[in-house]
Amino acid sequence: MLKITVKLFATLRHNRFKVAEHEYFAAPTILAVAEELKIPREELALTMVNGVLVPVEHLLQDGDTLSIFPPVGGG
Amino acid sequence: MVSLSEFLLSRLEGDMISWQVQREAASRYKQTIGQIEEEILNAGFLPARYQRNRKTISAAEQLMLFRSRVTVIGCGGLGGYVLEELARLGVGQLVAVDHDVFEEHNLNRQLLATIAALGRFKADVAAERIASINPAVEFVPIKEAFARENSERLLAGSQVVVDGLDTIGTRLKLSSVCKELEIPLVHGAICGWFGQVATQFPGDDTLEKLYLRCTEDRGMEKIYGNPSFTPAIVASLQTAEVCKILLGRGSLLRKRVLCLNLLAMEMDELQL
Repeated sequence: MLKITVKLFATLRHNRFKVAEHEYFAAPTILAVAEELKIPREELALTMVNGVLVPVEHLLQDGDTLSIFPPVGGG
Repeated sequence: MVSLSEFLLSRLEGDMISWQVQREAASRYKQTIGQIEEEILNAGFLPARYQRNRKTISAAEQLMLFRSRVTVIGCGGLGGYVLEELARLGVGQLVAVDHDVFEEHNLNRQLLATIAALGRFKADVAAERIASINPAVEFVPIKEAFARENSERLLAGSQVVVDGLDTIGTRLKLSSVCKELEIPLVHGAICGWFGQVATQFPGDDTLEKLYLRCTEDRGMEKIYGNPSFTPAIVASLQTAEVCKILLGRGSLLRKRVLCLNLLAMEMDELQL
């Protein structure tokens, strides 16, 4: 089993969580994790793995921490 | 008639010149309040309004601020507070760009939005507000929407540009123009309880990275709107960044973004 820590920020926490540990049989992409959490693609503004900005197609590894930030654009 | 410098010297209180004397000097010597301010600061004295700045910002730095020009794009939630804070800080030249008028839904959060201002141009209201706070500031209100076509004229001579925009597409245009013109850009954006601040220097790709995947022009604020306190805090962080850029001091939010969560009271810093 692969263990991935998922951290959600700002509006993404609504009806979800701040931080959770997820387990997978095979390495998932960020997009797959987001789909599981019902986060629409347009809300994946910044996706970081272990503090590094990566594309949503990135394959997660055991022990990774995934952080997801939504788009913030008001003024 | 004695010279202006003799006039000022004879009315010094410690090393400060009061507002009343500054105003009297302007009318007596037929100069602007700004010209008198420069004379005072040049002589190593301080207009008394800045006395509570002085242990944070020296008299020499106060002169640097006075000689600076900052352009603020957008006079709404963020821009209104930024303009107010820059004027009180003593930045000598402010350019405020906004083509919009105040509407009722601005009243919940925009500093310059008052009932009397409804239907009036934001840039005009900003000009009146700044004149009532600090007439030493040369204020240039521009009632135009920021676009690539007018960008060079709007940003000419500015040391720093402040992002007070509310759409992602225009932000990316502003970012690209600032890079071409080699002007640092202080970015801020808000959404409900949340906000972000970053400073982009020419050569950095901060805004492109922040909005790389955004296909829509607006973020989550299209759903959540913005309350009164989020623009105030994000604008204040932006103003602090502007101040440091102008003075060449401190550490900037460069190649990183500060994300604020006022609901959880958390601040996260992301390296970009």
